[in-house]
Amino acid sequence: MRYVDEFRDPHLIRQAAAEVRRKADPERHYRFMEVCGGHTHSIYRFALEELLPENIELVHGPGCPVCVLPMGRTDDGLALAGRPEVILAAFGDVMRVPGTHGSPLEHKARGADVRMVYSPLDALKLAEREPDRHVVFFAIGFETTAPSTALTLIQAKARGVENFSVYSNHVTIIPAIRAILDSPGMRLDAFIGPGHVSTVIGCRPYAFVAEDYGKPLVVSGFEPLDLLQSIVMLLDQLAEERAEIENQYGRVVPWEGNPAALRAMAEVFELRPYFEWRGLGFISQSALKLRPEYAAWDAEERFDTPGVRVTDPKAAQCGEVLKGVLKPPQCKLFGRECTPERPVGALMVSSEGACAAYYNYVHRRSEAEAAAAARA
Amino acid sequence: MCLAIPGQIVEIADDRHVAKVEVSGVRRQVNVALLDDELAPGDWVLIHVGFAMSRISAEQAEEQMRLLRMLGEDAEAMAELEGYGFGEDADGRGAGARKADA
Amino acid sequence: MTSEPVTAPNPGRPPAEEADPRRRVRFRDPQIEMAHGAGGKASRRLVEGLFVPLFGGALLDPLGDVAHLEVDGARLALTADSFVVRPLVFPGGSIGELAVHGTVNDLAVGGAEPLALLVTFVLEAGTPGEVVEAEARALAAAAERAGVAVVGGDTKVVEHGKAEGMYVTTAGIGRLDPRLSLSPRSVRPGDRVLVSGPLGDHGITVLLARGDVDLESDLESDTRSVYPLVDRLAEAVGPAVRWMRDPTRGGAATALNELARDAGLGIVLAEEAVPVRPPVRGACELLGLDPLHIACEGQFLAVVAPEAADEALAALRAAPGGGEAALVGEVRESPRGTVLAAASYGGSRVVDMLVGDPLPRIC
Repeated sequence: MRYVDEFRDPHLIRQAAAEVRRKADPERHYRFMEVCGGHTHSIYRFALEELLPENIELVHGPGCPVCVLPMGRTDDGLALAGRPEVILAAFGDVMRVPGTHGSPLEHKARGADVRMVYSPLDALKLAEREPDRHVVFFAIGFETTAPSTALTLIQAKARGVENFSVYSNHVTIIPAIRAILDSPGMRLDAFIGPGHVSTVIGCRPYAFVAEDYGKPLVVSGFEPLDLLQSIVMLLDQLAEERAEIENQYGRVVPWEGNPAALRAMAEVFELRPYFEWRGLGFISQSALKLRPEYAAWDAEERFDTPGVRVTDPKAAQCGEVLKGVLKPPQCKLFGRECTPERPVGALMVSSEGACAAYYNYVHRRSEAEAAAAARA
Repeated sequence: MCLAIPGQIVEIADDRHVAKVEVSGVRRQVNVALLDDELAPGDWVLIHVGFAMSRISAEQAEEQMRLLRMLGEDAEAMAELEGYGFGEDADGRGAGARKADA
Repeated sequence: MTSEPVTAPNPGRPPAEEADPRRRVRFRDPQIEMAHGAGGKASRRLVEGLFVPLFGGALLDPLGDVAHLEVDGARLALTADSFVVRPLVFPGGSIGELAVHGTVNDLAVGGAEPLALLVTFVLEAGTPGEVVEAEARALAAAAERAGVAVVGGDTKVVEHGKAEGMYVTTAGIGRLDPRLSLSPRSVRPGDRVLVSGPLGDHGITVLLARGDVDLESDLESDTRSVYPLVDRLAEAVGPAVRWMRDPTRGGAATALNELARDAGLGIVLAEEAVPVRPPVRGACELLGLDPLHIACEGQFLAVVAPEAADEALAALRAAPGGGEAALVGEVRESPRGTVLAAASYGGSRVVDMLVGDPLPRIC
């Protein structure tokens, strides 16, 4: 696969890893946060931590839009699915997320009409094919995905499709990064910056990370060579005592972002005054709501939702894992009450969630090795 | 948020908002309205949830590969130097603590 | 929005299986989900936690797809399988062919020569006659090509709205092949893992044929009888073959995890050696799926003694339809009960059994 395989070249990966080991100062312990859940997934899928020296620690950030959604919002979406006229359309990522009374898949098994779609346009097409039903699209995602929802709504309005609405849970990345930087006790040296969000917002919005907080940030691609090269760039910045925003993913990310995408978002969405994030609490101006001009396509305007705030069970430490304060196995429920099959929080469901990634790609092995060592 | 894949445009619809894109032998209709530039069959784009988000720059990709290949050259040159047995690197920095082999 | 937050209920007791991969699982699920049929962990809870203890432990340990019976000196194999595929017809095949190949393949990888099938149809009222005829023809043709006789069966009709057109179940009987003696218990560290051809063609073909993800390709299902290939393998290296399985629901990852668990050993796959056709790879990358979790209906995995590995591979490659066979991994002492995929640059990741159906993701 072009533009993928070259960046997975094993020989070049070994070289890049050697370069990282060469450049890492043995006197320092580095803590780099990868903000984006897609990077967390890549790191585990390609076993990149095994290639890094021990003094480089990767801290998993909150950039997983499914993981940061509080359970009450999932419940609200599912309440809509409970209405006989509604078809709830959602991405595959959402289907196993636990609500208070089960996940969307479990609701579907009990008779709710929940359908998986790959694109918001598919949800709109579904509405056009089913004029007697109302399709609610459960929208999630950061700025990578919001423009697609926006274009879909623009189309829905232009075509006058009335039996379609969007339940918007889009969130924005900058407030999350700021909340991490402002977290007391958070010690990070630098950031591996979001890759695909940056195709939309560009690299300028991250300037505050370097200017106000003095931390380097490198916008990174997702293949192993991208991540290793980004780490080399961070090591260089730190060695040279620079704090800058750099773009490693130049083949895809334009410095200025995508103007058409930003225009579409601005036409359809406005910022909510505040929104609750799992683990980070209420953050102002951090989530997107449909503008009044699009109220007819806003599921929260068309329908009443319970709007109950649901906090995670006390024993669950999703918040601390999301902020990078705890590693997944340090959560008391990890691997016991909370597994990918019976998840307590979304971090164990989403394939980008730190807990799921750790569980699926690492935990089983270290458990088996520990058991073997115990028997030896 | 993140899963986006490079695909090649094989056909552009008349309204210029939809294109057929191919990824490794699999084809999908993709909405290209988010890309202001003139697209042509043969161009590569990044696809996310049925939309093209960005055009892929062949020049930037090639430049990046060039830099990546060079990483190795420096390291090989260093290894040669170390092989001459001068001892520690000139600036006293070693290779960083190594993880124990798995 | 109310001001008093509600706390989500405290998590219940953990599933018993997680601590030790070999411990008996229990079925306590309050209702049946699609996951119980997906071939992964939930299926295992249902089958091993509920059915096996009730239906007769000794005959079913270790659990394979095929039962061995000895009747007056004749060593026979029995198996059954049901087919509920949607859509009924897809590129490269249809439910009629799956019904034959699925059971024939179970017998073949269970170490038996397939002899005869019983076929039951559950038909939905309102299904066009020509659809049923087409499937009956497809089934008959597949049975003839596979050299098995359809010797009986049953037909039921249910109301419109049930059975989605038709469900088919086949039960098969075969004669145990004296050249083969298969058991997870005979697998040893150092044994090699072979696959008969590229993974995932069937699962991705059907996923695309359903139309939910709007992807097109020239892919076809790999549905076929693997008996001719198994036969060649048995002839070339029979006594050296330890275990075989056809990776249907849950894919190769699930089949190999079951082996690792039943044998109490570890398996390491060489990621780059696993054959996957480009469109399967492309679809998996687009949808965020792993080819190791995708069903095949015309391939099989085999574990052979190391000294026979090269000859086994050569025998498969020389046989019609075996040209893409590959050596993909090795059995190790540890980590016990775990399957790893190692990349050639040195990293390795755990390959787990499937949880539920493979769901496309956007993140």
